[in-house]
Amino acid sequence: MTDMTAPQHEGMADWSSDEAAKRFRKRHAADRRLQYYGLAAIGLAMAMMLTLFASLIGTGYQAFVQTKLTFSVYVDPEHVDRDDIFGGNFRSVVRDSFQRLFPDVTSPPEQRDLFNLLSSGAQLQVRERVLDNPDLIGREVEVTVPFADGVDQLHKGVIPRDVPEAQRRVNDRQIVWFDELLEDGRVGTPFNWTLFFSADSRFPELAGLAGAIVGSFYALLVCFLLSFPLGIAAAIYLEEFAPKGRWSDILEVNINNLAAVPSVVFGLLGLAVFIQFFGLPRSTPLVGGMVLSLMTLPTIIIATRAALKAVPPSIREAALGVGASPHQVVLHHVLPLAMPGIMTGTIIGMAQALGETAPLLLIGMNAFITSPPGGIMESATALPTQIFIWADSPERGFVSRTSAAILVLLGFLIMMNGLAVFLRNRFERRW
Amino acid sequence: MDVQVAEAGTEQKARTKVSARDVDVFYGDKQALFGVNIDIPEHQVTAMIGPSGCGKSTFLRCINRMNDTVDGASVRGLIAIDGQDIYDGRIDVVQLRARVGMVFQKPNPFPKSIFDNIAYGPRIHGTFGHKDELEGIVQTSLERAGLWNEVKDRLSEPGTGLSGGQQQRLCIARAVAVSPEVILMDEPCSALDPIATARVEELIDELREHYTIVIVTHNMQQAARVSQKTAFFHLGILVEYEATEQIFTNPRDERTQGYITGRYG
Repeated sequence: MTDMTAPQHEGMADWSSDEAAKRFRKRHAADRRLQYYGLAAIGLAMAMMLTLFASLIGTGYQAFVQTKLTFSVYVDPEHVDRDDIFGGNFRSVVRDSFQRLFPDVTSPPEQRDLFNLLSSGAQLQVRERVLDNPDLIGREVEVTVPFADGVDQLHKGVIPRDVPEAQRRVNDRQIVWFDELLEDGRVGTPFNWTLFFSADSRFPELAGLAGAIVGSFYALLVCFLLSFPLGIAAAIYLEEFAPKGRWSDILEVNINNLAAVPSVVFGLLGLAVFIQFFGLPRSTPLVGGMVLSLMTLPTIIIATRAALKAVPPSIREAALGVGASPHQVVLHHVLPLAMPGIMTGTIIGMAQALGETAPLLLIGMNAFITSPPGGIMESATALPTQIFIWADSPERGFVSRTSAAILVLLGFLIMMNGLAVFLRNRFERRW
Repeated sequence: MDVQVAEAGTEQKARTKVSARDVDVFYGDKQALFGVNIDIPEHQVTAMIGPSGCGKSTFLRCINRMNDTVDGASVRGLIAIDGQDIYDGRIDVVQLRARVGMVFQKPNPFPKSIFDNIAYGPRIHGTFGHKDELEGIVQTSLERAGLWNEVKDRLSEPGTGLSGGQQQRLCIARAVAVSPEVILMDEPCSALDPIATARVEELIDELREHYTIVIVTHNMQQAARVSQKTAFFHLGILVEYEATEQIFTNPRDERTQGYITGRYG
């Protein structure tokens, strides 16, 4: 009560004093600092991302073009028999025709060096042409074939010309010959379609991602076909029908645990159960997809449950009110309304699965396979494991190809995440 | 006074549609209703009033067993429609909800076309033979809900695009389309503006010809305007159940009087 007798002024804050102004300045400074911290964090994250992309693009862009030679090949009937084109000696066809460009190279070791300028894929390419059109036998054909990896890297500047000869893949006289071809205007660097339309190869200039892309596609297909229906069915039961109690709690905790299990463990499980016990063929997209579906299943269940939960109860009541049975409430009303959310979660789960490497290594999807798989039961690689294989390869050409493969994988991932964002924005409902 | 006597006379003749005997409702350990006894007459509007949390909505939701969907809810006692116990194990809840339609507090049309909103009930119950017949049901239902003239040219547009009052009448039409015997309305006008409210109230009066209507309302004037009988609930107890004029002009219980005169609620 004594406070009441004191003049009211003493209890009041003085908003116009210097101290008050100082306190305000301090508070505003703290506000600004918090903003700056946030900006700095974002800036740092962006810088790291830019560094990653700059480094990937910096090394990867070279893989998108390929140094190629254009010259005329005489398909000598002596080497190629019309009735057995496939068995024809195209190596000699290419070698003889190539040597016509350098008539003064005569000694066998020199000739060998000269021929080694070209990729061993050159003869296969000519064979393909002749197989397509047998009339070419006995005629001159203008072909564009890849150079060997060393020459390709030399032309792209990856192999410097000024290091001692012994430390280069390309020796001095090869450089002279190559420069002659360059002067003749026979060397070009067209877009490297091989990267997308060929499967793996030991020779970088012939290696491509087609096998890995098809393998990843099949593995994701299997993964989707397994985890999408299973995940939705499980989520519907847990969310709409399961009696809430100790069992549903245990289930829920375990589904969340499943989402947190390291992927390498799922790979081991796949190896032990799917391959060893059930005897499914190793290295196949079937097993890969099954293992990946173990990983996406919890993601889809969690996303689906969240989407089902987000459907307002008024819609359920409306349906129950006109006498819909529980399955009709779910299938006619709740599930369609939850679908955009489910799709978004599924795509994000699929994107995770696409980038997953460890489990695929354990089930042997890092095999060296030179043709795209024809189905889910054929051995295949996947995009991330292809990156793993190439990163491990000693040839210089694989350095840029590894970066290029990473860019392709990131491209797919960005597309999938973009689709998820699009679906979310397009079909988002407000009640 | 003669008029009142005449009305009281018809009331006595009215057949009982829904009857409740000693109904207790529990949500888990909490008891929400205590020994409710009531006889709701056919082809009349029965209003349930009372302060928030008094159990009026709980009772309403017992009549079509909507409380079954609430975890931990249990009902004791007897509720019968046309003398048949609706909590009997042999009763099909889906069929019961077809016989007892419901309109909710917030208009909740399906995010589908106006036509599909009305047609949904008949479709799931298979109560029509031919597509033309379904169109007939949709038209009749919309007419009964007084919405036909407003929407007949845009039946394929989404029901969620209508105004709040129209949406609520759409929900009434949706309930009507299943040809129920009883329509339960849980504060159907509380989310509507006064003009839309007046329109729905008129509609309720018209619907009484075909259906038995039970309406829960917070609005005492509304109860007085639309209902023939009024039940006053307080703290889970049915305090008083009388002809509406009786409740509003001469309540017997002082709690009823207190609520009606605005002393609490």
